[in-house]
Amino acid sequence: MNVPASITSIEEEIVEEFSLFDNWEDKYEYIIDMGKKLPPLEEQHKKDENKIRGCQSTVWMVSEYRDGRIYFKAESDAMIVKGLIRMLIRVFSGQKPQDVVQADMKFIDEIGMSTHLAQTRSNGLRAMIRQMKLDATAWMAKGG
Amino acid sequence: MQTASIDRTLDVYEIRKQFPILFREVKGRPLVYLDNAATSQKPRAVLDALDGYYKGYNANIHRGIHTLAEEATAAFEATREMVRRFIGASSTEEIIFTRGTTEGINLVASSWGRTYLKPGDEIILSNLEHHSNIVPWQMIAQETGAAIKVIPVTDDGALIMDAYVKLLSPKTKFVSIVHVSNALGVINPVEEIIQKAHAVGAIVLVDGAQSSVHLDIDVQALDADFFAFSGHKVYGPTGVGVLYGKKALLEAMPPYQGGGEMIREVAFSGTSYNELPYKFEAGTPNIADVVALKYALDFITDTHKSLIRTHEDDLLKYVTEQLKSIEGLRIVGDVPDKVSVISFVMKDIHPQDIGILLDNQGIAVRTGHHCTQPLMKRLGLPGTSRASFAVYNTREEVDALVRGLLKVKKMMS
Repeated sequence: MNVPASITSIEEEIVEEFSLFDNWEDKYEYIIDMGKKLPPLEEQHKKDENKIRGCQSTVWMVSEYRDGRIYFKAESDAMIVKGLIRMLIRVFSGQKPQDVVQADMKFIDEIGMSTHLAQTRSNGLRAMIRQMKLDATAWMAKGG
Repeated sequence: MQTASIDRTLDVYEIRKQFPILFREVKGRPLVYLDNAATSQKPRAVLDALDGYYKGYNANIHRGIHTLAEEATAAFEATREMVRRFIGASSTEEIIFTRGTTEGINLVASSWGRTYLKPGDEIILSNLEHHSNIVPWQMIAQETGAAIKVIPVTDDGALIMDAYVKLLSPKTKFVSIVHVSNALGVINPVEEIIQKAHAVGAIVLVDGAQSSVHLDIDVQALDADFFAFSGHKVYGPTGVGVLYGKKALLEAMPPYQGGGEMIREVAFSGTSYNELPYKFEAGTPNIADVVALKYALDFITDTHKSLIRTHEDDLLKYVTEQLKSIEGLRIVGDVPDKVSVISFVMKDIHPQDIGILLDNQGIAVRTGHHCTQPLMKRLGLPGTSRASFAVYNTREEVDALVRGLLKVKKMMS
């Protein structure tokens, strides 16, 4: 099994990709496009206990633990959130739980998307990051 | 005899000059502020009044005998008189200052409800209500054993009046109803609702949070028992609101909170309460914002509500036509009796995506459930996008909204 690149190097990749955009339209079209490419979450996972509630949009997320690494799957009913989910999964899925817990998330600020985190009530993204870290902590406690 | 010609149109561009915030930019674009149902912007007169109060005559009111206290008390009570005229109440004793509509409803639910509701009594609400006019009643219903009944709405968000009539009975003790739906802009026939409730001996509270800025309010003509509204939605400051109540009802209600201002005499053997309206205004009130509220109501009165209504109706008609021309867009609550609020959904596009992509174009709208989750559930929607217009909005801003939405559609396709 391939060992994925480190969180830091994937974050750097994303920051570089975003640096190519010189207007908001291109940036958001890219995120929307990523959202469209997010594989749908299986229906059996779309249940209340996997729901991360935002005020406006909903995120469902599940995680599993294999061979010392944590894997995430998630979906949302809103497209921009879906795009951002795909980005978070790209960074954190397949990483070691302790690396997920320690990640500082600064890259979100660097790509100009931190406003989506600041709006605590308006979407489930911030709550999703918190849940990713909680899941990682839980897997660590279980022997990760 | 000389007859002067009266200018009966409203110069929106002159009005805009009174609102400093309208000249800022958002994301490098001129701000297009279409979230007035959430809160309105404030004219310079209101901002100056706040500043003038703190710089000129800040003092605690009603008790001090020094000059500043007298000036502050006079300004505070001048707002009460202005509010009385603004809503057509008969006496300033019936005007209670609150923090906002929510506190007004809580005051009535708590003070009136706890005193008069018993198991088996019924409270009627509607499916259009804001959470602020649901939750206080649920809390008091749970405490007293009263039951809540709900007037259903059509797919367009209009109240089903026949169903309302059927809900009314001698068990109905209270009807609490929104005058204008915050989510859809639909105007409810409150006069008829009040008449029918009174016929079975029920008391009626009208939630005027959305109506007070758009419609002429005359609480006596409506025969409303209670009427609540918020300062910040009528071009005034946040943190101040008004509860109107008929004097006889207010007199028969216990105080809501205890403290200074609301007492006549305090002794450990027993305390007697102050007269109306002070009985319901415990503690030092929000003096500065109450003082400034008068300037907001002056602004509306001086601009003339009828001219504001004509202007806003024109915008509503224009935006309705324009939005209908966008393929895949559906207006929610498209009924004839509305204020200048338009709620809509777009095929295959989540309201949150619409809100984010419009914000990037400098356009502020509200997206989501608008604190009316039971209504959204009834309409089968996760939420809507809502553009709400005020006196200072223009047709050019409607055009900007339409261009913005076409761009959203293109980006999402």
